[in-house]
Amino acid sequence: MAIQTQEMMLNMGPQHPSTHGVIRFVVKTDGEVMSEAIPDVGYLHRSIEKIGEICDFNGFMPYTDRADYLSAMNANQGYAMVVEKLMKIEVPRRAEYLRIIASEFNRIISHLLAVGALAMDVGAATPFLHALKEREKVNDLMEALCGQRLTYNYVRIGGVSYDMPPGFTEQSLSFLDKFEPIMQEFERLVSDNKIFVERVANVGAISREDAIAYNLVGPNLRASGVDWDLRRDMPYSIYPELDFKVCVGRGEKGTLGDCYDRYIVRIREILESVKILRQCFIQIPEGPTLADMPKSLKPPIGEAYVRTESSRGDIGYYLISDGSTHAFRLRIRTGSFTGMSIIQKISQGMMIADLVALIASLDVVAPEIDR
Amino acid sequence: MEQFAIYLHENFFYQAPLWMIKAAVQVGFASIVLLLFVSPFAGILSFIERRIAGRMQDRIGPNRVGPQGILQFLADGVKSLLKEDLIPKDADKPLFILAPYLVFLGMFTTFVALPFSSKLIVADLNVGILYIFATSSLTVVGLVMAGWGSGSKWSMLGGMRSAAQVISYEIPAGLAALTVLLLTGSLSMQAIIKAQGAHPWQWFIFDNPFTLISFFILFIALIAEGNRTPFDLPEAESELVSGYNTEYSGMRFVFFFFAEWANLYIIGAIMTTLFLGGWQIPQSLYNASAAVANWFPQVVQLLFFQIKALVLIFIVVQLRWTLPRIRMDQLMSLCWKYLVPIGFFCVMGVAVWMLLFPQGVPWMRTFLTILAGITLVYYFYRVYYQIKASNAEIQLNPFV
Repeated sequence: MAIQTQEMMLNMGPQHPSTHGVIRFVVKTDGEVMSEAIPDVGYLHRSIEKIGEICDFNGFMPYTDRADYLSAMNANQGYAMVVEKLMKIEVPRRAEYLRIIASEFNRIISHLLAVGALAMDVGAATPFLHALKEREKVNDLMEALCGQRLTYNYVRIGGVSYDMPPGFTEQSLSFLDKFEPIMQEFERLVSDNKIFVERVANVGAISREDAIAYNLVGPNLRASGVDWDLRRDMPYSIYPELDFKVCVGRGEKGTLGDCYDRYIVRIREILESVKILRQCFIQIPEGPTLADMPKSLKPPIGEAYVRTESSRGDIGYYLISDGSTHAFRLRIRTGSFTGMSIIQKISQGMMIADLVALIASLDVVAPEIDR
Repeated sequence: MEQFAIYLHENFFYQAPLWMIKAAVQVGFASIVLLLFVSPFAGILSFIERRIAGRMQDRIGPNRVGPQGILQFLADGVKSLLKEDLIPKDADKPLFILAPYLVFLGMFTTFVALPFSSKLIVADLNVGILYIFATSSLTVVGLVMAGWGSGSKWSMLGGMRSAAQVISYEIPAGLAALTVLLLTGSLSMQAIIKAQGAHPWQWFIFDNPFTLISFFILFIALIAEGNRTPFDLPEAESELVSGYNTEYSGMRFVFFFFAEWANLYIIGAIMTTLFLGGWQIPQSLYNASAAVANWFPQVVQLLFFQIKALVLIFIVVQLRWTLPRIRMDQLMSLCWKYLVPIGFFCVMGVAVWMLLFPQGVPWMRTFLTILAGITLVYYFYRVYYQIKASNAEIQLNPFV
């Protein structure tokens, strides 16, 4: 007589330690192996897009921090750029450099958190704390720059809010000098760790075609072998003047586009960001940090769309203006949302432990999914 | 004790026979002594582990309660006692309540047969090692009970994982211990230690290549049985929330953790007894300490035992805070595809070795000891190299 078995339905989240915020998965499992994980988004929806229609343009800037609190600078920059595009404002060169410095620092700490959380989710607590320690140092620098440690609200429409404080360049460069060996140490601790590689290599491989079809962006897309980086391919700001490499997954330890590739791409992007920062500090010109702005912003009637490369990939702002001081419609397109959508497809037949690694490696952040 | 039993018999339990009361009093007394003896182990180990973890993770660790925070475990215990003892609505109440005690019992009864020195042992059972393996397996019953009784799906997954894991790893552990039993011809813990000597080349670990391999098999298997990283799947925090103890709170939760840290010590103690010569001290040291006082050699022996055990515990702690967790299928394949066959191979190897060389092979012992020495030197060289490469600040004082 065959024993009857039944699939178990598990609620993973919204309060689960490895879903990084309030994300919920409905997981159907048969023991350890699960047949499906259905993502359920919307627990952190704050109607940021609607708020964008109610606030005036400058007033909405702090809200963009909350759209993606782990890389607030990039989110700031995208919004500022879309309004500038609509109003045809020329941003001072120094302000552009400061924006890039801020957002590359932000990319470093966002990626540090991502790789640290991945290590933690596969069971190693120590790398996470080492990553966070470095993150704190960058946070100190950011605090010196703009007075905030998480939601910076540094970028203004037409420039940035403050110039660099005195001594900031030296502090940053001395941090970068110390940071590079620490990244090597982190790599020694994690990247070649046999157990870590066993856990993430060949897990959750997203093929090139799937990655494009599901509209993955940023490091997740590049990990699948697609050589696409907005900073290089659709350059904005001062990126054309900077020399950096686009890191692409090569399937080093397993299949192309697996969790290990997503991990290693982020590690390498951190090092590329360090390179960009060094160039920025050398090239930064003197000058004003804020363009001459009218008292009240009234963009002409029209629409604009701006894409920037955030830490989690393409963050896009679509703005329709009816000529008033408020946006007629604002739409934010973020990378984490598409990252969530592919989980259902990739997770079929996975083990529960792999799902955790997959979620962490996609680096989905709850507020960015729901906005 | 005798009088207390008679007093109880005359005043309270006059229906029960006297021998039963005597036995009960003795058991009660023994358990109180054992608990008082064992609890500091678990508590102080928890402090040591947290402090080491703090150092490894660039933080300080507990340093507020008592000198250097060494009494942190007492504060935690008191805090847990004051917490609400919550039993979930869906829980299977009797099982839920019973489970922590079984886990606790399984861990603590092992201390009965642990030889801390040549005289300091509660009972030198003639089935010592078998007894230890048997009682420590009792914990798995508790874990499965906790997993099932909690009425939570995450707990149940944790319970099932622990059942599969602990039962699987009993086999390589048993096989590895068997090599020592072949060499000793006895199951008694004291006899195993007495068959070894005080010097490293007299230890069973360096007796022949097969025992060296068994040492590592037993070490891995015991870590896995103790649910410690990289084998901490039953309580995998990031996957199963907290595994079998998700629904527990208050003192019941502490029982689980107490058992975990007690088990950490047991890992060190078993490894020390079986492979590292236990409490054996050189004869000259014994004579010197015996000259001080009659009981003094026992203290020295206890010290030696603890140092060996603590070194192993340090390694386990270091592993825990360095390595990620392996996956369930990898865990199983590691056990059944590698450890079990190698374990069998070692048992056969030791048997053949004993048949060929009944007196042992001195040059092989020397060779293996030197090999271990070289490995140790290389280890320290690597540590030195890594510290230099990372240009980190070195803080040698553990009490800063």
